[in-house]
Amino acid sequence: MERKPGGLMNASKLFEQLRRLYPPDRLLTRPAQLAPYESDGLTAFRARPAGIVLPETQDEVIQTVKLCYQHEIPFMARGSGTSLSGGSVPIQDGLLIGLNRMNRILQYEPKQRIAVVEPGVINLAVSQRATFDNLYYAPDPSSGPVCTLGGNVAFNSGGAHCLKYGMTSNHVLGLKVVLPNGEVCQLGGDSLEMVGPDMTGMFVGSEGLFGVALEITLRLLPKPEVYYTVQAAYDSLAKAGDAVTLVVASGLLPGAMEIMDRLSLDAADAAVGAGYPSDAKAILIVELEGIAEEVEAEKPRLHELIEKSGAYLVEVAKDDEQRLKIWTGRKSAFSAVGRLSPDFIVQDGVVPRTKLGESLVEIDRLSREYDIRVANVFHAGDGNLHPLIMYDGRQSGALERAECLAGEILRHCIRLGGSITGEHGVGLEKRGYMREMFGESDLEFMFELRHAVDPLQLANRGKMLPMAESPVLTTRGAHPLEKQGIISRE
Amino acid sequence: MMVPGSITEVQQAVHSVQHLRVAGGATKSALSCDATLSTRKLSGVLEYEPSEYTFTALSGTPLQDIVNTLVEHNQFLPFDPPLVESGATLGGTVAAGLSGPGRLRYGGLRDFLLGTRVVTGGGRIVLGGGKVVKNAAGFDIPKLMVGGLGTMAILVELTFKVFPRPERYVSLRVDFEFLQQALDFQSDLMTSPLELACLDFVPPGTLWMRIGGMATAIEKRVDRLCQFVGDSARVYRDQEDEEIWRSAREFHWVPPEHDLVKIPILPQQIQVSESYLSGLDCEFPRRYSMGGNLLWLAWPREQQRGLLDEFCTQLQRPALAVTGNWPVPWLGPRQDNLYRQRLSSVFDPESKLARFPAGVGQ
Ligand SMILES: Cc1cc2nc3c(=O)[nH]c(=O)nc-3n(C[C@H](O)[C@H](O)[C@H](O)COP(=O)(O)OP(=O)(O)OC[C@H]3O[C@@H](n4cnc5c(N)ncnc54)[C@H](O)[C@@H]3O)c2cc1C
Ligand SMILES: Cc1cc2nc3c(=O)[nH]c(=O)nc-3n(C[C@H](O)[C@H](O)[C@H](O)COP(=O)(O)OP(=O)(O)OC[C@H]3O[C@@H](n4cnc5c(N)ncnc54)[C@H](O)[C@@H]3O)c2cc1C
Repeated sequence: MERKPGGLMNASKLFEQLRRLYPPDRLLTRPAQLAPYESDGLTAFRARPAGIVLPETQDEVIQTVKLCYQHEIPFMARGSGTSLSGGSVPIQDGLLIGLNRMNRILQYEPKQRIAVVEPGVINLAVSQRATFDNLYYAPDPSSGPVCTLGGNVAFNSGGAHCLKYGMTSNHVLGLKVVLPNGEVCQLGGDSLEMVGPDMTGMFVGSEGLFGVALEITLRLLPKPEVYYTVQAAYDSLAKAGDAVTLVVASGLLPGAMEIMDRLSLDAADAAVGAGYPSDAKAILIVELEGIAEEVEAEKPRLHELIEKSGAYLVEVAKDDEQRLKIWTGRKSAFSAVGRLSPDFIVQDGVVPRTKLGESLVEIDRLSREYDIRVANVFHAGDGNLHPLIMYDGRQSGALERAECLAGEILRHCIRLGGSITGEHGVGLEKRGYMREMFGESDLEFMFELRHAVDPLQLANRGKMLPMAESPVLTTRGAHPLEKQGIISRE
Repeated sequence: MMVPGSITEVQQAVHSVQHLRVAGGATKSALSCDATLSTRKLSGVLEYEPSEYTFTALSGTPLQDIVNTLVEHNQFLPFDPPLVESGATLGGTVAAGLSGPGRLRYGGLRDFLLGTRVVTGGGRIVLGGGKVVKNAAGFDIPKLMVGGLGTMAILVELTFKVFPRPERYVSLRVDFEFLQQALDFQSDLMTSPLELACLDFVPPGTLWMRIGGMATAIEKRVDRLCQFVGDSARVYRDQEDEEIWRSAREFHWVPPEHDLVKIPILPQQIQVSESYLSGLDCEFPRRYSMGGNLLWLAWPREQQRGLLDEFCTQLQRPALAVTGNWPVPWLGPRQDNLYRQRLSSVFDPESKLARFPAGVGQ
């Protein structure tokens, strides 16, 4: 009989051996046990894995990967499943390795300003651990209270405060990883400096295609001494966008610059009672952070710029409570949009920040043309858009139309010399756009890199790269895998 | 020496030879002494948008040109590249993976490289990363080029992120009687919110620190730092301040007949390192930079190199020879793995770029 990689014969042999490795409560195969893992933060796609293992030690992960390699069964590591790009949708009939139980902080060295963590550690847990030493872990995705560092590493996740100190890859010094063939490698180290090619950097953002991160060495920073958080209201979205250009050109380097439009303000208001000015078309949040004397000196310059930009109402957070309120409103915006619409897609394309105003006008035009509501809440400081495209999945064709609109926004980003994703990753969802962002030969090269590290294409098969591994997602009509009944949408 | 003037000429060069090593400004002799290709004619800034905080330049562009261009718009390279005045190029700095003392504040070279266009050892033109400050699409190939010593690919075009330049800098010097005092103090500074731009320790007991920022705030910050470090601090402003870091960055402190070696370490290893070096019967000018994360060591040319290997092995730290004539630039324990080898096999399938010294092994 022809041996088919990932075939059911192999799977049954794999599970036979996994049963020797895992107790029954950590090896899930019954449909009811698998159901909660079928989707991720994107919800539009579902797939059912053959089974799920819940390792508690690095050795269990390594053994599991070795067995998958031996039996040629594709596998996917999963953290908290909050991916917004379909990155953690299981591989149909593959093995899902759930890492949430590997949540120990293995080493915490405040003097050295590092922490070594297992991949299932929650993002926010690191800063919580370090807070008594006045240190913190800088990247702060809005999903920080639930997402894992393993997921952050795979996607090079960012957050509102990445303008000054960068994304995940700028804060990961070293990694211990298991390659797709079961071999274990140490990349990078624990010093700020290194010699030799930056392999840690090459692993971060590889969307699980190069294997599983087992240990992550994080760089910690001293907490900024003070924050100065300003919320400015505008009577047009374009003015808020132009304000960002002004601040950037002035030589100020704020810790964060975020914009929310009217729709997202309504959503956040409804969800957490943020109390935004009811007539504002957009608000801009700018946060200065750092040593008190420096921030004090930056304040007048910031206010001057905001006034010049035409803000009609400017509020300053007077204490931690007010600051928290501003950020709670901002960070709740995603989930809050769920109140306005039964379903939505979030895109996270990037444009050069001087093109922000222009891009917002274009999104508005597209929204009208398609007659689809789009809420905008985004990391304005680095040009990272987050249009939330609302649709009702129960109406036939609604998702397809929403995807079409999303696609036009991504193409707009590419046209302006930007990127299709700033932090959410390509995942399943944006694979079709990789060809538009990269040339054929550049993509082919990436595929060869993947192939060299994972010749059997077992690790997270079907994600990120558009070629060969599985059919590309189309923006119109049913996905080929859907037609075959392999994946389905809600 | 081949001197290509375009990316296609680089490609032709790669196709025409069996082994190849690149030289930029040849300021890091240990890494380019046997070079066969010069990037001299691959020079110039291609795009610079001050309001985007990004620029794209050819790899042979002298750092000095970049620095001058940025200064006109009050911007700078926050990783503080070394050897600017000596003639280092952008590409050589990336390939060698070198950052200067100012790395402490915002991060190193790896944190500011956004995109690359390279010719691989296999002769292919590959574009990696992007031209905007944030981008998570595809593998982060630019990172792999940092510190790769040109063994994977020849860098042709590079895109960087830049930041607004602090309006003013001031530096402080404090001397300690005992090593441990200085180290304890260094550790206190590293975990403080004082936002030092630089923090270097020069044995036997001197800490150098620098702050930078708004002109209207700097003197208040100096006062505060003085309170923190005590009355014995000496303060340096303007030219004096400039000169201190210029000398550090350009390695003016490395005497003739000495070779420069880069050894990434941890602050808590400084004790061990100091007792080893002071136990040897020789002077080793040195500087622990970036809050004790990097040892720049000047190795006397007549001194046995075996000792240096032993030193690195004892610290369990791989090191890199930067200047001088060495058979291979890597020192100390070997850090190699399957991941790198597999990636290398795609970049440089015939080992055209991988071997040190170029041509050896034929
Ligand atoms: C409400 C909400 C807000 C969000 N806000 C932000 C934001 O502000 N910024 C941002 O960047 N993202 C944001 N996200 C997206 C998401 O939270 C991040 O992508 C996050 O990093 C995913 O972490 P996770 O633990 O959920 O990973 P998962 O979704 O479980 O996995 C994500 C990917 O990582 C891989 N992976 C997981 N663990 C490992 C490992 N150990 N080794 C190798 N690969 C691994 C998976 O295979 C998968 O491809 C948000 C999501 C939601 C739902
Ligand atoms: C103590 C020591 C001695 C070495 N002696 C030699 C030597 O005599 N000749 C020689 O050609 N190479 C030497 N190297 C470097 C390296 O190990 C070799 O390049 C490698 O063995 C090449 O063999 P390969 O078949 O694995 O080549 P490939 O897998 O094709 O690898 C080639 C390239 O990988 C990179 N690389 C390998 N090791 C390191 C490292 N430790 N740090 C940074 N980058 C690295 C380099 O780019 C290297 O040239 C030495 C390294 C160390 C630490």
